[in-house]
Amino acid sequence: MKRDLTVKVAGVTFPNPVIAASGVYGFGECYTDLYPLSLMGGVSCKGMTLHKRDGNTPPRIAETSSGMLNSVGLQNPGVDTFINTHLPRLKRDGNVIIANIAGETVADYAEIAKLLDSTDVDMLEVNISCPNVKKGGAAWGVTAEGAASVTKAVRAVTKKPLMVKLTPNVTDIVEIAKAAESAGADAISLINTLLGMRIDIRTKRPILRNNVGGLSGPAVFPVALRMVWQVAGAVKIDVVGMGGINSAEDAVEMMLAGAKAVQIGTAIISDPLAPLKIIGGLEHYMDTNGIKRIADITGTARPW
Amino acid sequence: MGVFAEKTSNTTGRCVPCRKIPLRYRKLGRHGIEIMYRCGTYHIIEKTAISAGVYSYGIHCPEIAEEAKPGQFVHIKVEGFTLRRPISICDINRKNGSIRIVFEIRGHGTAKLTDSNVGDSIDMIAPLGNGFSSPQSGLAQSSRVITVGGGIGVAPLLGAAKVFRENATAILGFRSYDKIILANDFKQSGVNVITCTDDGSVGLRGTVTAPLEAELAAKPCDMVFACGSLPMLGAIVKICETAGVNCEVSLEQRMGCGVGGCAVCACGITRNDKSHMLMVCRDGPVFKGEEVVL
Repeated sequence: MKRDLTVKVAGVTFPNPVIAASGVYGFGECYTDLYPLSLMGGVSCKGMTLHKRDGNTPPRIAETSSGMLNSVGLQNPGVDTFINTHLPRLKRDGNVIIANIAGETVADYAEIAKLLDSTDVDMLEVNISCPNVKKGGAAWGVTAEGAASVTKAVRAVTKKPLMVKLTPNVTDIVEIAKAAESAGADAISLINTLLGMRIDIRTKRPILRNNVGGLSGPAVFPVALRMVWQVAGAVKIDVVGMGGINSAEDAVEMMLAGAKAVQIGTAIISDPLAPLKIIGGLEHYMDTNGIKRIADITGTARPW
Repeated sequence: MGVFAEKTSNTTGRCVPCRKIPLRYRKLGRHGIEIMYRCGTYHIIEKTAISAGVYSYGIHCPEIAEEAKPGQFVHIKVEGFTLRRPISICDINRKNGSIRIVFEIRGHGTAKLTDSNVGDSIDMIAPLGNGFSSPQSGLAQSSRVITVGGGIGVAPLLGAAKVFRENATAILGFRSYDKIILANDFKQSGVNVITCTDDGSVGLRGTVTAPLEAELAAKPCDMVFACGSLPMLGAIVKICETAGVNCEVSLEQRMGCGVGGCAVCACGITRNDKSHMLMVCRDGPVFKGEEVVL
């Protein structure tokens, strides 16, 4: 039986629904010793800002039960370096290339989007959800007005497909997703990390130098799945699901809940081959369930 | 993987994609040497508890042993834990295709790792990072090298010192006699060994800095390799600077992916009068002493 793994998000066709999440895959250069980038459905690049950022003071990572906390703080070489150094290689070797953008002000977001508009990047992912920066980041993603203002400003300067990445650290994520939709987003991706903390009981110091950081990994999967299900049921635009996906079963659940595609983050840190195992597992799921097109399972969960 | 077939990995020590797909480009390390790592499961062929809470494992991994350099590390997956454990390579035996790692129980993950026995397999990504300078990277075989290690920090220096045999002097510092590890291994590899303990129970009393100063004053030295606590490294870097001797230090930081993808294991480095946040995993763990912001 011929399997069709392709999916379409915001008009962009991905050869398979497995995308590397922003922040774990650098600019697609780290895992090429193991497998070519062309096996991935797409890559969402490390969140980039207008200028180079050094990020937070380490330690920036702490382990948790079934997960981890990070407080990187958007360390990145800046959008110019991305365009000049990384993008040509990514376009040559990869499939769908998503630029994840972050800013301190609405004007920053618009400026970065304008610079990327004339490049080969396939899609923009507007990061209004980074919990680890003092200015900007999640500050925009916690109110409907903030989400709408950033989305609107970016929409005004780019024709690229626009995906808005939401934070789960809000009272009502549906309201924020709807605000992004009406401000012109073509897709929603969720969830970013949940704000968390760990303390070293010997030193009484938080393990992260930033005190708090974003929780990811299998621990957050059920929360992510619930939010994807809520958002997918409330917006007309496409939804990309992420948050603790660790296996093909998780990816299938996410798609049943309404995701057109999935992003894999922490699972790659644990196992660099996780995306390939998930793609293989999806094929197996299709074969054993007589599914010809993986895209057909999106949103087919049967709630009670 | 649950009900799904594990299609993309095997247990022969190399993932399927590595074998099937030609590499299109490779990264260049600090010395312009090609770095290539692998990911797979490998068998433990030797296990010894060498002191309280410190274990030595021999791992059969011919392709990794072939490419590994002293100072690089392996990134080990421990069942039930999200994050891998980075452990430096202690010694490399190309003849029998194995590497040796020596690590100390630091927490639940490393404790769990010691449940693995000879014959069990270990899931690791290796070799990672940049090693110490060596004849391969342009440091002449005849160079006089001093390695300075504190506690478990002596482990990555064994392979590095061995290369220079009698031209190398290893200064090993421990808290007391019962904490001493690997001193005989250094001796057997032909390296001159100076042992010190904080309490004077064996060897010189006090820290590694006094014997280092004495060695540097006694004979000319081309390179110092160091690994240990940050205060110790800071003192060594200062001594080397005063003596005008090149120095390389191996750093440690809480790590994520191990290959430069997640940007968590940052460290401050001053290069060309500019400060940079570099990654311990990809840009280190070995850095030039004078570059490190300690």
